Amino acid sequence: MVAHPLAPPNARAARSTGGGRDEVILAGAPPREPPSDRLAAISRGEVIPAEVHPELATEEHVLRVQNLKLWYGEKQALFDVNLDVPKGQVTAMIGPSGCGKSTLLRCVNRMNDLLDIVRIEGDMTLNGDSIYARDVDVIELRKRMGMVFQKPNPFPMSIYENVVYPLRIDGERDRRVLDEVCERSLRGAALWDEVKDRLQESALGMSGGQQQRLCIARAIAAEPEVLLLDEPCSALDPIATGKVEDLIQRLKGEYSVLIVTHNMQQASRISEYTAFMYLGRLMEYGPTEAIFTNPKLDETNSYVTGRFG
Amino acid sequence: MRGGPARSVVAGGEPAVWLSGAALAICLAMIGGLLALILWNGIGTFWPGELVRVTLRDGSAVLGEEYGTETYELRRASVPLLPAEARPVALAAFPEGEDAIEAVRVLLRTDNRRESGSTFTYVDAFEVQPGSKTTPSWAVVLERSDQGRFLGEPVRLVTPEQTYEGPEAAWEAFQKLRPAALERNERREELEEESGAGGVLIREAELRVRSAEMRTGVDGRDLARALSESALSASERTRLEAELAEKPADLREAIEEYVLLERRNDIQDAPRLAAMSELSAENAAEYLVMRTASGQEVEVETAEVVRGYRANALSWWGRLGVYLSRWWEFLSEEPRQAGTAGGVWPAIWGTVTMTLVMTVFVVPFGVLAALYLREYAKQGVIVSAVRVAVNNLAGVPSIVFGVFGLGFFCYLIGGGVDQLFYAERLPDPTFGKGGLLWASLTLALLTLPVVIVATEEALSAVPNSMREGSYACGASKWQTIRRIVLPRALPGILTGMILAVARGAGEVAPLMLVGAVNTAPALPVDLEAPFVHPSRSFMHLGFHIYDLGFQAPDGDAARPMVYTTMLLLIALVATLNLAAMWLRARLRRRFTSASF
Ligand SMILES: Nc1ncnc2c1ncn2[C@@H]1O[C@H](COP(=O)(O)OP(=O)(O)OP(=O)(O)O)[C@@H](O)[C@H]1O
Ligand SMILES: [Mg+2]
Repeated sequence: MVAHPLAPPNARAARSTGGGRDEVILAGAPPREPPSDRLAAISRGEVIPAEVHPELATEEHVLRVQNLKLWYGEKQALFDVNLDVPKGQVTAMIGPSGCGKSTLLRCVNRMNDLLDIVRIEGDMTLNGDSIYARDVDVIELRKRMGMVFQKPNPFPMSIYENVVYPLRIDGERDRRVLDEVCERSLRGAALWDEVKDRLQESALGMSGGQQQRLCIARAIAAEPEVLLLDEPCSALDPIATGKVEDLIQRLKGEYSVLIVTHNMQQASRISEYTAFMYLGRLMEYGPTEAIFTNPKLDETNSYVTGRFG
Repeated sequence: MRGGPARSVVAGGEPAVWLSGAALAICLAMIGGLLALILWNGIGTFWPGELVRVTLRDGSAVLGEEYGTETYELRRASVPLLPAEARPVALAAFPEGEDAIEAVRVLLRTDNRRESGSTFTYVDAFEVQPGSKTTPSWAVVLERSDQGRFLGEPVRLVTPEQTYEGPEAAWEAFQKLRPAALERNERREELEEESGAGGVLIREAELRVRSAEMRTGVDGRDLARALSESALSASERTRLEAELAEKPADLREAIEEYVLLERRNDIQDAPRLAAMSELSAENAAEYLVMRTASGQEVEVETAEVVRGYRANALSWWGRLGVYLSRWWEFLSEEPRQAGTAGGVWPAIWGTVTMTLVMTVFVVPFGVLAALYLREYAKQGVIVSAVRVAVNNLAGVPSIVFGVFGLGFFCYLIGGGVDQLFYAERLPDPTFGKGGLLWASLTLALLTLPVVIVATEEALSAVPNSMREGSYACGASKWQTIRRIVLPRALPGILTGMILAVARGAGEVAPLMLVGAVNTAPALPVDLEAPFVHPSRSFMHLGFHIYDLGFQAPDGDAARPMVYTTMLLLIALVATLNLAAMWLRARLRRRFTSASF
């Protein structure tokens, strides 16, 4: 197996959209020698245990991924991933494009079941309940999570109906409850002021960024235990990004958030823990500050500093 | 290095532009030509033109409406075929040494089919006495209820009390007497309807006797008929009543009911018949005496005239009035005289109901089938095979569906239904023949592939990300389909419906086998309980066109009606399509994204 010809990560580009909210906390360490032994082992197809920082052992875990392997047809996309997501905290996943972040996220609420070609080994548990056991009610499982996809996917209906969709499918009819949830969710997603006068218009007539925030509002409408966010801010301007980040900050404690991002500043701003993935493997996982300032692996360091390879 | 600004024509794409542009132009020209032909002929049919009168060289005269002038090649050899008086004139027209010349003839709609035997007459230019063409102001068109149009001049009007001599007096009296005559007609129709309704009741009672017979296994119809005989001797009556007393109870009841109805009908019918013959006598006693162009006098009863007007004395508005009243008759009345006059209302209604019933069958079935194929079935060899089979079904000639419908729906299923539920009517079939239901089902089968293919396409165009979004919210498969996929696919599904409707409304061949008839005694959907009569055969515009144009005994007279009916059919299909397109456009607006 040949290592990916990796493009420079989006980190550099993302820096400009971060919008100077915080001081940049990038590692000031001088460039080290490019890592070689690990990459060589990976290209030989060996299993490499992830570098997990000890702080994680002290946390209570809401989601545990155990030896997860995933294949798209013949091609393996995830290799023995072990990842414990702490409860009530924000965990960021970073890594170069195509390394399997979205794939891992979609495994959490079993979105990959919808693809015939996907084969999965290993298990995950949500608050101790297995996700991949045979008798799991997938629909109930998904109701415990909210997900925002990489590409906005509003439904072909009004803005209002989009937001209250999770309640609708549960049979909620009470107008007062629906109105209240709609407003709360839209405010949470920093969209309320823009759309409060056009709730009955089609959601497909919104801009891309508005659509993405609508999807966020939809994901939090049913107050899920875990929030899965796949690059929720990739289509947003700095102000909206800031609002969404505020929202994530507010949600933490009550909810557990797993967020994929290409924006290093964002990861460092909002997350307690950060997981670095590379070539379908979890490479390093630990407190965000440690990952960005003092990573244990050279690969992590090169990635977060914007140099790679 | 690249060459300078001189580029080849091919590189500029010019030939492709010209080729595709020309192809489009030819297509448009053909479609436009077809529509223009139908529009021109169809719209003009009902316009009341002037009547011209020409005197021929043999002294006879012709009166008629000009329908067109055509030139033809006249050869020396065919001159003897012309009327005797015209031959020398024609021969004189040939230049020295020429063997053929262009000759002109005029097509006149002379009508008076009962009197002369034809509706149209060709008048050769050589036949006409020069300068004899006039437009007589007293030329009158009378549209008779069952004898075709009459063209001529009024001479006098005769009533039992009085005779009005001269065209003016006669025409004035005619106008005055007509309302009363129309009233008599109406009254007569009512009486006929009443006695028809009585007949239906008796027929139903007879069917009850028949089913009682079948239940009990005892004969009873002969007895019932004998008992309802009006002239029955006392001894005969006692004998028959004794016989009746021996029959099983429910058969006896049915027979008694039948006899009662027969008697009541006899009693009620007598005054009806008397009134009807009185009305007929009154009608016969009041008539216009008309003179044809050839001088023959013809009596036309005032009551048999549907519409009468002085063709050459009408103002433009008057003509418009006649034109509109003809259109109205065409749209709202039943056909008269084998479709050459009157209207096509039953055919319009038959086409609309058949198409709607077909749509009601085909859309749900097609959509459900497509849903299964696209959303539930595991994509693989079998599903692909099914898809290919469905597509092939769309290419099967429609007559094959007709044969299948006749064999399967009419004979097999309809025959079975008759055996089970309508046994007393056998051997007269009820469902075991063509009818609205079977025709609709046959056409539903015919249009099913269209709906399935269109729906499948619409479903596959729904982005997967929408489905995923719905599942991620915890929706079940059905909830996702119902709330996300179907609404989003609706415009595409409607497109399929439009195509199916257009195809179904214009189809004729299979209908000839499974239920369309040239004259239906009753409408398939009417105000008579149970309102929808699925077993009734019906009239259909497409079939009506075929029947009028190629099967009518008087093809000439039917030709104008063929064009009008075509115009109507096209208008009907266009209306159905426009309605569906409007609906689709409305839905589209709701579902299209403005972003990105
Ligand atoms: N539906 C699919 N079928 C086949 N292969 C897939 C599919 N989805 C993803 N993959 C492959 O799996 C690998 C991981 O993809 P994934 O979408 O998880 O990457 P990612 O880390 O989210 O990248 P990005 O940052 O660009 O979103 C990629 O190599 C991709 O080609
Ligand atoms: Mg991704």
